[in-house]
Amino acid sequence: MSFDDFLPRLGRWALGYLFRLGHGAYFFADLLKNTPAALRRFYLVVAQLHAIGNYSVVIIAASGLAVGFVLALQGYYTLSRYGAAESLGLLVALSLVRELGPVVTALLFAGRAGTSLTAEIGLMKAGEQLAAMELMAIDPKQRVLAPRLLGGIVAMPLLAAMFSAVGIFGGYVVGVLLIGIDPGQFWSQMQAGVDVWDDVGNGMIKSFVFGVTCTFVALYEGHEANATPEGVAQATTRTVVISSLAVLLLDFVLTAVMFSTPR
Amino acid sequence: MTRRGIETLVGLFVLAGFVAIGYLALKAANLAAMTVGETYTVTALFDNVGGLKPRAPVKSAGVTVGRVSSIALDGRTFQGVVTMELEKRYAFPKDTSAAILTAGLLGDQYIGLNPGGDDDNLAAGDTIRMTQSAVVLENFIGQMLYNRAAEGGTEANK
Repeated sequence: MSFDDFLPRLGRWALGYLFRLGHGAYFFADLLKNTPAALRRFYLVVAQLHAIGNYSVVIIAASGLAVGFVLALQGYYTLSRYGAAESLGLLVALSLVRELGPVVTALLFAGRAGTSLTAEIGLMKAGEQLAAMELMAIDPKQRVLAPRLLGGIVAMPLLAAMFSAVGIFGGYVVGVLLIGIDPGQFWSQMQAGVDVWDDVGNGMIKSFVFGVTCTFVALYEGHEANATPEGVAQATTRTVVISSLAVLLLDFVLTAVMFSTPR
Repeated sequence: MTRRGIETLVGLFVLAGFVAIGYLALKAANLAAMTVGETYTVTALFDNVGGLKPRAPVKSAGVTVGRVSSIALDGRTFQGVVTMELEKRYAFPKDTSAAILTAGLLGDQYIGLNPGGDDDNLAAGDTIRMTQSAVVLENFIGQMLYNRAAEGGTEANK
């Protein structure tokens, strides 16, 4: 490849990337514009909440329990070296509420609900259902995409809260019932160190942001998928990759903004 | 599934989510322990506030009676101004003294109130005059080393 060839290629790549970014932003603005209309058909949102939220509860609860178990075991191992095993409750609660709850829920959400959203919409497009709707003067953004976006945004913080709550219970089971830490110390240290707004509230804000991100990525990828079996397969893969990376990067930014400043 | 069935299940899901949030706020965090009800504001001037943070508890006889709401520096006297919210149902005499104490050897710092014997009580906006600053561990150790060195010196001079 000659140098003459290199510059145009780089330019084409950058322009293509910018085009996708701009197209995505425009798509997002268009979706937001359609959300009030979707609220009028509230039943569609409820049905999506059922598909996105209810079916994710089991995997979220199971993962939360497992993460709580492991956190308590690993935390005890480290804390007992410094004679601070009673702080286990604080460690488990803070790590869950601030970081693991929102992030792991978002990653699981991308895998559990995001993929199904992308595949569903990609297949609707491949089967020309979206085009048929447009022919009938029904805006598919309003009828199909916006209710899904709302469902995802509502479901994510609730799922993250469940994850953290179940995780804390898991930490309690291992820390207090199995290892034998004093339950009074376990809870009182936790309550003294976890703040409602600074920790729980910021965790909720995080998972709200992740809810918007993951659902939007899934919907965008599904809507822009090539209308072929391979296209839908690729779009599903991209949904998981892009939303996972986006969640992890956003988490760093949000953590830096929320928690690094001393209060 | 019928529309009603789906709606019931979604209702359950949302309810479970709110229960989880409530559980986190009440059981894992300190919402229940936060002073509710009416409070009045009292300030105290300290030469050194040490590691005291906003929202640290204010205790009297070990019982939490309020919280620190803000800490600032008085630009004129160069003292730390600690503003605290005390619960209305607890009244303290005007000559109450305040000290910055530490829970355990390395624990968090809090304010301890020692009630005096005055007939009048502290009112909202009053300032506590008698205060005892936080113990700064470095100064403490430095003092100890100095005393030790002084002792060694006198023994050598004998």
